[in-house]
Amino acid sequence: MQAWLDTLVVLLILTNLRLVGSSRLFACVRTVAVQGLLLGLLPVLVQWNTLTWRPALLAAGSTFLKAGVFPWLLRRAVRDVGLRREVDPVVGYSTSLLITMGLLGVTLYLGQRLPPAGLFESQLMTPVAIFTILVGLFLIVARRTAVMQVLGYLAMENGIYAFGMALAVEEPVLVELGILLDVFMGVFVMGIAIFNISREFDHIDTDRLSVLKD
Amino acid sequence: MVLWLVAAVLVLLASGVAAVSLSTRPVVAAAVGAWGAVVGCLLGLPAVVAGLAGHASAVTLPWSMPLGSLSIAIDPLSAVFAAPVLVVGALAAIYGQCATHTGGIRHNPGWPWLGYDALLAAMIVVTIARNGVLFLLGWEVMSLASFFLVMNDHDKDHVRRAAWTYLIAMHLGTAFLFAMFARLGAGAGSLDFAVLGRFAATSPEATLVFLLALVGFGTKAGFVPVHVWAPDADTVAPSHVAAVMSGVMTKMGIYGLLRVFLLLGDAAAWWGWALVVVGAASGVVGVTFALAQQDLKRLLAYSSVENLGIVAMGLGVGVLGVAQGNPAVAALGFAGALLHVLNHSLFKSLLFLGAGAIVHVTATKRIDALGGVLKRMPTTGAAMIVGALAISALPPLNGFVGELLIYLGAFQGVAGTNDLAAAWPMRSLLVLAALALISGLAAATFTKVVGIALLGEPRTKAAAHAHETPRGMRAPMVVLATLCVLLGLGAPLALEAVRQAVLSLTPGAMVADVSARLVEARGQLVWVTVGGGMFLSLLGGLMLLRRWLLKGREVTQSGTWDCGYIAPTERMQYSGASFAEPLLRLFSSLLRPTAQLVLPNGLFPTYAKRHNDANEPFVDHGYRPIFQAFAWVAAHLRWVQRGHIQMYVLYIAATLIVLLVWKLG
Repeated sequence: MQAWLDTLVVLLILTNLRLVGSSRLFACVRTVAVQGLLLGLLPVLVQWNTLTWRPALLAAGSTFLKAGVFPWLLRRAVRDVGLRREVDPVVGYSTSLLITMGLLGVTLYLGQRLPPAGLFESQLMTPVAIFTILVGLFLIVARRTAVMQVLGYLAMENGIYAFGMALAVEEPVLVELGILLDVFMGVFVMGIAIFNISREFDHIDTDRLSVLKD
Repeated sequence: MVLWLVAAVLVLLASGVAAVSLSTRPVVAAAVGAWGAVVGCLLGLPAVVAGLAGHASAVTLPWSMPLGSLSIAIDPLSAVFAAPVLVVGALAAIYGQCATHTGGIRHNPGWPWLGYDALLAAMIVVTIARNGVLFLLGWEVMSLASFFLVMNDHDKDHVRRAAWTYLIAMHLGTAFLFAMFARLGAGAGSLDFAVLGRFAATSPEATLVFLLALVGFGTKAGFVPVHVWAPDADTVAPSHVAAVMSGVMTKMGIYGLLRVFLLLGDAAAWWGWALVVVGAASGVVGVTFALAQQDLKRLLAYSSVENLGIVAMGLGVGVLGVAQGNPAVAALGFAGALLHVLNHSLFKSLLFLGAGAIVHVTATKRIDALGGVLKRMPTTGAAMIVGALAISALPPLNGFVGELLIYLGAFQGVAGTNDLAAAWPMRSLLVLAALALISGLAAATFTKVVGIALLGEPRTKAAAHAHETPRGMRAPMVVLATLCVLLGLGAPLALEAVRQAVLSLTPGAMVADVSARLVEARGQLVWVTVGGGMFLSLLGGLMLLRRWLLKGREVTQSGTWDCGYIAPTERMQYSGASFAEPLLRLFSSLLRPTAQLVLPNGLFPTYAKRHNDANEPFVDHGYRPIFQAFAWVAAHLRWVQRGHIQMYVLYIAATLIVLLVWKLG
């Protein structure tokens, strides 16, 4: 299983990099969907021999939401808004990639110092989980369109899920479900909000929505 | 027994909520709020009486609060501080219902009554809580409820300003208390008082806890220099609220200090000195500023600062007695302080209620605008004179008793043949000198109140049209005045009431000695009773003699002899400012008064003016610069607040990474 796990971790890193490096919104939505699918495979790979029904069902449910429902909602939102690319991000794409590589370095360095997670055979799992969380945060910071921020939010959630899986299996799934419910509501509301914002203001640039500060 | 107090709390809260929900019928709402408070207070009385008699009772209920268990108990110390809450709370509620009822109701009166009932309930909770979380919960509710009450006339700018000052002061004080409980509970795993901090008195932890408690509880008690909220808040609050805040709520600070002393076990000697110094400073500063005030309620508020200072001095003397192993000093200091707590809550609330009645009918708080009130409001005026005599510590009234015991304690420190006298003769003299100075100035202050506001001729039309208030406002004052007289004449019994509390404050080895010394002090106080009785019978005899002499003669009234001047007016009377001026000149470096003087000009002068202002140097030179500096820094940090969601998330992410690297790197 070790080889499969490592492959999965590498794929996770690659999806993160693609998420940061791409300006096309549809592609990014797809990438997040792929990421959700990869994470759905994770418990199956970890517990190949001892898999029970309960975690399997929970994992299946969350995978269905992350790889199916969320992308569908977001694609609809993007289509309705009629926006295909993020043209003018806060941080440019090349710079974003460089920063992300830096983040990867930092998390790998930190991962060596973290106490080893018991369940996992892969040393990379914990740092990559933190890396995914940070990439999500980075997307929220570095992109202007609301869609990309929702994607960052989802990536962050994926990171938390992976982190939970890295530490233990059964209980975190329950916590994860709670978070997932929040995210679900968040995505749902944002999907509607994005559409309404763009209809009202002709754009979905969040940094121009700062009149309401203070 | 303590469950009676729980019932009282529940009744108070329920009646407050009921008052709010009756918003469509304001009169009923006020009645429900006020009489609910009375019923609640009466419900609590059996527990307090039992507590004073020394019957402790404790209950612990489970509570889903971190570090919290619903531990409540009543012991003699709690009872001493809960008693004024119940007595003054009930009387002020009756007064308040009548005052707001006749004063015209502008808003839904339910909300102020919810605040009032919650304030009383919170104070009861503070006194019976035996867990840090519960204590702080009660403490916060107490601060918030009183904040909303101070905010009562929120359409006025200065009221809002006073209320915000109050809230900020309270929260800063509470912050210290949070730190204090955190220190106390470190390592204990629970904030139950039973397991909290057992440090050695000399350990740095104990010192830290003491200092945090002194600042945190001192803010509530109004010790100088953290007293600045008191004059503003008590002036703008409705009078019955001011009576409770100034008379009762400030005592919770004293209670907190004592409770922390009990938690810490042994007290270091220098804590006693710290209390004495703080108390002396509060007393002198408070009474000097009180004398300088033109505003009746403000004067009373400053006088509370003074009286809490006296209490602190008494506690300091007591702590010193314990630390030096001198039972006489300990007994007299603690007993004097606790008695003064009870006494001050009575006469200060009496004076606030009286001042409120005067403000109610004349619509002015300026002492120099009053005059002749005693003739027009005989009951209110007489009650206020009793209060003024009591607060000036004149025998045979109750104010005298507490101060007498503190005097005696300090004398023991000077004159005794013990270590204390040998080691610190001069510092014990500090207590005596400060007390003497404070008492003298307090007498001058209240001579000003009585002489200028109550006696003489009315200086304004408003004062001339003063009339007696309804019975509902007079009765509580009469009750309070009677209690002042009774506690003065029954001084030995009053001492008996605080005896158990004093014994609970003394360490086990000294209890027997302290108890013996209290019996001795009770013997000395009998002389107060005897002397007071003789004085009163003499007074009564003289009055009878006067009546007998005047019997059958014609009594006429005419103007005062005016040296042949043809057109005297009431404005030629001595004014409050001119009465206080010679004394205040001595303290001008402390008071920083500003005066305007327009001298008469020419052979036939037409205009001259002298105007004195009582300033707030602690605010002007102390707090305002500090808060302005804060405002400056805050204004220059506004760029952090961009309004872009990206920036906020960046802050969070950066913090997370820094924390991770710091922890793991």
